[in-house]
Amino acid sequence: MSAISEVFERCRREKRAAFIPFLTAGDPDLETTAALMQAMADGGADLIELGVPFSDPIADGPVIQRASTRALAGGTTLSGILRLVARHRDRLGVPILLFSYFNPIHNRGLESFAEQAAASGVDGLLCVDLPPDESAHQEYIPVMRRYGLDTVFLLAPTSTKDRIRRVAEYSTGFVYYVSRTGITGDQGALPDELVKEVRRLRRKLTQPLAVGFGINTPEQAASIARAADGVVVGSALVKLIEEKTGDDDLLSAVKQRVKELAEGLRR
Amino acid sequence: MARPQLRPDANGYFGPYGGRYVPETLMAPLDELAKAYDRWSRKRSFRNELRDLLTHYAGRPTPLYHAKRLTEHFGGAQIYLKREDLLHTGAHKLNNAIGQALLAKMMGKRRVIAETGAGQHGVASATAAALLGLECVVYMGVEDTVRQRLNVDRMELLGATVAPVDSGSRTLKDAINEALRDWVTNVRDTHYILGSVLGPDPYPRMVRDFHRVIGDEARRQLKKQAGTVSPDVAIACVGGGSNAIGLFTAFIDDRRVKLVGVEAGGSGEALGEHAARFGKGGSLGVLHGTRTLVLQDEEGQIAGTHSVSAGLDYPAIGPEHALLADEGRIEYTRASDTEAIAAFDLLARIEGILPALESAHALAYAGKVAPLLSKRRLILVNLSGRGDKDVESVQNWRAKEREQADAEDSTAVAEVTVHPAARKWGKSQEEAG
Ligand SMILES: Cc1ncc(COP(=O)(O)O)c(C=O)c1O
Repeated sequence: MSAISEVFERCRREKRAAFIPFLTAGDPDLETTAALMQAMADGGADLIELGVPFSDPIADGPVIQRASTRALAGGTTLSGILRLVARHRDRLGVPILLFSYFNPIHNRGLESFAEQAAASGVDGLLCVDLPPDESAHQEYIPVMRRYGLDTVFLLAPTSTKDRIRRVAEYSTGFVYYVSRTGITGDQGALPDELVKEVRRLRRKLTQPLAVGFGINTPEQAASIARAADGVVVGSALVKLIEEKTGDDDLLSAVKQRVKELAEGLRR
Repeated sequence: MARPQLRPDANGYFGPYGGRYVPETLMAPLDELAKAYDRWSRKRSFRNELRDLLTHYAGRPTPLYHAKRLTEHFGGAQIYLKREDLLHTGAHKLNNAIGQALLAKMMGKRRVIAETGAGQHGVASATAAALLGLECVVYMGVEDTVRQRLNVDRMELLGATVAPVDSGSRTLKDAINEALRDWVTNVRDTHYILGSVLGPDPYPRMVRDFHRVIGDEARRQLKKQAGTVSPDVAIACVGGGSNAIGLFTAFIDDRRVKLVGVEAGGSGEALGEHAARFGKGGSLGVLHGTRTLVLQDEEGQIAGTHSVSAGLDYPAIGPEHALLADEGRIEYTRASDTEAIAAFDLLARIEGILPALESAHALAYAGKVAPLLSKRRLILVNLSGRGDKDVESVQNWRAKEREQADAEDSTAVAEVTVHPAARKWGKSQEEAG
């Protein structure tokens, strides 16, 4: 069983949803990213989504766009991120899922990426603009499997029955449900029908289902945890990192926020 | 509109290029769009309505003009201009905008969005939206809102909202990013009118089909006016590639016709100084939903581009172009900023036509080949748009040049009125003759 699957298995036994924070690698720099990941793990993160910055993040709102811009301006590269993971993954003790746009991976070459990622201790990959249909997949899936990397795919409110079946077939570790049609970031209230939709989807999947996009408060996280196997919080934390960068209490503030968000996930 | 061709394959691939590399939220809507397009484009009622609008509203067929003075100037092949600049709103872009807006209406969408670089596709979309009673938002990079100011005003007068995009390079690429973000968010009631043969399937084939009327008409007109359906060379500028595909599709199977796409050579050879994806600049990548040739750095980050023309200032090429280049069917070359400005000047002065700076790139190449060919040869150039929008850009260019000349030598000022590159053309004419 993969480390990511084990996380969900453990959470299931403990009758809670997994807490999955997101942060952009290299914002404000890679050394701080390492310290932030540790703070998140100490605060109660079960799994960390580590974002690979991209020049054209079409699925992201302003907060993560700005983080990507800062990270790229600081010279962050995919190789640098993988080296960082290699140095810290063991000590961290929680699995790392890379969250990327496809071009930096495609540019590196799937085989070479997968080999280096696996050697660095990365646990899985989610490419936001690579749906399971793409024929590049015929290579993508076997290559990722060969290196023991989980392939997480997205579902969205617009996904049809056929698409749900396809994602269910290719996703390993878990399936990531996008809470609403939209981009990352705060857009006010979550859709009323979200919990019902998550319950409905969960019955169709054998994998755990995590929910993300637009989840900001412990209350929102707790309400989704009643139905989902995992809760992802991204922009709210990236925004906190943005605000606190340069302050002495950056790490303690992030740890504290993760703690507050993770606490309410008991069912 | 003629029947769709066999390409791309069922998955939206032109050989290794194309596909649908988009977030999951857009996958089902793209399916729906492809199905709607396939259904409606086959219906007689839809085709008739589109043809009717293109004829009586937009002004098709656009003229084919034998540019005799330009021909004489170069002293070589006969040059014919396909006058897309005379289409309503002033560029070829309206063919596609009306087609897609009509489709959006059939699909029950109440809102359309578009990206724009030069502002021509934005104006065309705003126009089609006004005509068909749709709400319209146009995304445009901040840099482009400045250099194509006239078109911003036009869009607003047409009732559209122009949303300036202040991220990244603040040009066309970033406008597409923002339009995609809007679409992901509002996909249920919104259709995205993408303005070139770019993006995820079905856009590259749909936009091509809406534009192929350009080449189909040109063939018929050539037959009548020049006694042949086959020019020796057909030339078009290539941003995303829509006016080029629109012209070339009618000639693809006619091997007698040499097809040449002209990219933006910008101000230099280094990454960031041009928008030429063929040659050593571009490499295989994935951008804006399609796998194609992309200008990128060694880490797979998309590179900045530069062109004096906003409509060519884009780092990726339509996937069908990438395949046609591999097959050797279309040849790609580039024209620099300086060459494009010189061609703009020349056409203005000896034909009384202000071309769009985009189209001026195609004219610049025509000026290179015409003198090398005999007078019995025939060159067809797609004059994709008119240059009113570029008046300020050209004036700024002049002003900068004058400053430079002043700095170098105050006596050089008088000579600048005849552009150096235009003189160069004069010379190549002598050499040829
Ligand atoms: C007049 C004109 N020609 C050409 C282009 C380039 O686009 P494409 O390569 O899709 O024809 C534009 C784009 O804005 C344009 O306005």
